Amino acid sequence: MLDADKHVLSILVENQPGVLSRISGLFSGRGFNIESLCVAVTTDPTVSRVTLVTKADQTIVEQIKKQLNKLINVIKVHELTGSEFVEREMVLIKVLAKPEYRAEILRMVDIFRCKVVDVGAEHYTIEVTGDEGKLQAILSLLKPIGIKEIARTGVIALFREPK
Amino acid sequence: MELTGAQILIKMLKEEGVKNIFGYPGGVVIDIYDELMKSDIRHILVRHEQGAVHAADGYARATGGVGVCLVTSGPGATNTVTGIASAYMDSIPVVVFTGQVPVHLIGNDAFQEVDIVGITRPCTKHNFLVKSTEELAHTIKEAFHIARSGRPGPVLVDIPKNVSTARIKYKAPGPVKMRTYNPTYKPNKRQLQKVVDLIKVAEKPVIFAGGGVILSKAASALTKLAQRARIPVTTTLMGLGAFPGTDPLWLGMIGMHGTYRSNMSTAHCDLFLAIGVRFDDRVTGKTDTFASQAQIVHIDIDPTSIRKNIPVAVPVVGDCKCTLEELNEMLESVDLGDLDNRRKPWLDQIQAWKSTNPLAYHQEETIKPQYVVEKLYELTKGEAIITTEVGQNQMWAAQYYHFDKPNHFITSGGLGVMGFGLPAAIGAQIACPDRLVVDIAGDGSIQMNIQEMATAVQCNLPVKVVILNNGYLGMVRQWQQLFYDKRYCCTCMEHAPDFVKLAEAYGATGLRARKPEEVEEVLKKGLSTPGPVIMDFVVEKEECVYPMVPAGAPITEMLLV
Repeated sequence: MLDADKHVLSILVENQPGVLSRISGLFSGRGFNIESLCVAVTTDPTVSRVTLVTKADQTIVEQIKKQLNKLINVIKVHELTGSEFVEREMVLIKVLAKPEYRAEILRMVDIFRCKVVDVGAEHYTIEVTGDEGKLQAILSLLKPIGIKEIARTGVIALFREPK
Repeated sequence: MELTGAQILIKMLKEEGVKNIFGYPGGVVIDIYDELMKSDIRHILVRHEQGAVHAADGYARATGGVGVCLVTSGPGATNTVTGIASAYMDSIPVVVFTGQVPVHLIGNDAFQEVDIVGITRPCTKHNFLVKSTEELAHTIKEAFHIARSGRPGPVLVDIPKNVSTARIKYKAPGPVKMRTYNPTYKPNKRQLQKVVDLIKVAEKPVIFAGGGVILSKAASALTKLAQRARIPVTTTLMGLGAFPGTDPLWLGMIGMHGTYRSNMSTAHCDLFLAIGVRFDDRVTGKTDTFASQAQIVHIDIDPTSIRKNIPVAVPVVGDCKCTLEELNEMLESVDLGDLDNRRKPWLDQIQAWKSTNPLAYHQEETIKPQYVVEKLYELTKGEAIITTEVGQNQMWAAQYYHFDKPNHFITSGGLGVMGFGLPAAIGAQIACPDRLVVDIAGDGSIQMNIQEMATAVQCNLPVKVVILNNGYLGMVRQWQQLFYDKRYCCTCMEHAPDFVKLAEAYGATGLRARKPEEVEEVLKKGLSTPGPVIMDFVVEKEECVYPMVPAGAPITEMLLV
């Protein structure tokens, strides 16, 4: 679950140069915060989806949504709230894999149902997908072993359809 | 039909009904100028690109239409930024065409290249970089559509040199259809019913109107509402003229330099009808105490304005004119009771506030700036188009010139641009050649775009400049006097030019008054002299604008004369 003041916005925009800059400029110019940002084209090549996570109280989020809607290139803004949506994030973790730790790392990979995507002389690179809670859990378990670096995608999310 | 980009641009301008363009040529726009010369569109050659945008802004405000500018790339483009930002803050429809280096050179740090689309992204309603001649026609059409519809604003169109020179098979663009942009004009009926219900029960209502009323041409609908429901009216600086300044229901301006009765009415009213406003900090002062006894209704076409600064009981998203007309229609069948009796206590209270603390100043041996504005009002019978610079001159103009009609007061309200008034006056004069246009200026701000005197003289535009010359950057000096222990740091303009000689050097007329008894004579002479005139009034050096609410204080905490 997200924190109370954390909001996931799903924004459909025209797939044109400069649109991302309008969005990020809006956030920096008005002092709004961006926790994470994910952009890629949708099945319609003229439309991209921006998934943006922000931390703000409810009145500010209302203002953020209105300001986003006001941008000429923005088609639609949805706020994803409650349990009505699925949320995923991927992280690549490069973890120090000295021989004495390798078995333990692989066990964890197994438990968390993630996979090793690259093996080096002294490192494993692990791919983990899940919600924020899962990513935090594996990161804190791997930390004592030694994380060299990580790369996170930021959250992507979609509404759940009626069952 | 084969046309070059430059020819398409001119063709589209004509289709949009453009008759005047304010501009300044340069390397990458020569082709456009070459075509412009062949058309019957009038080009007004300014002396600085900032002046071009302010002039287009003044033109737009005087006509209620769109102002158009054409400038070159690089410095030509960057010089427009202040003008664009001012138009953006005040929601003025201006379309700015900037030249750009050829597409293949973009990003190469070419001569006079600047990313003007990047620079103006946060201060335009929208902007475009046109990458091919094929896109040009419909981009121009969209630019005008965006500028003038919804909450209006400036739109910039950046045209690379090769886009204006390339020749293509021209295809007329269809009507503008944008899936992402569709402003709400029609208000929600249920929300309006709530407004009607509140008006029915309100005993101490106030209407608070802003620039949105003027922009949507809703002034007469507003007046009708106020008179029908007998509601006193205050406005923002931008709203002056939205309601007759001589009407008995007029409260005067609100806010930092608003009238005592306006600010007191706001604090004590039980219904606050905000129409076409955005609750600027100069209006609200401390927001927690602003109109805190009232139910606040907020009507605005821009949803972001609503609940941005002030919590609102009834939000209504819609065009001011559509909304007010519909509201008036709904009120026709509503029984508001015996309004004479119902409103008496409230209007009596307002009258008492007015009598105890009217706008006032003391005329002494030196000329008081307020006196000059009052005399100007008398002599012009309140019918001049007034533009202002920014600072004390602007506030005295707002307080002592009473506007009965919209589109007569042209000022840089949101951004507060010194140097706005003279080019804006030029724009207004181009729009209304037969009207008297007066720029009320200070000796500081007039120097920020004084070069436009040359434009006025060249185009034979009879703009009149009234300089309230106190030798100071008066508003900052006033703050230093009141809040910084009279430490007048860098606000004394020790070396000012002789404005009479300066006027003459430009080929205009210069006049000066030093004593109160000369004021009327100089004004009469200046206003009746053909062509541009600068009138230099040597006024009291340390006069302050009162009332004044210190920044961030509740608006009832006014410093009075």
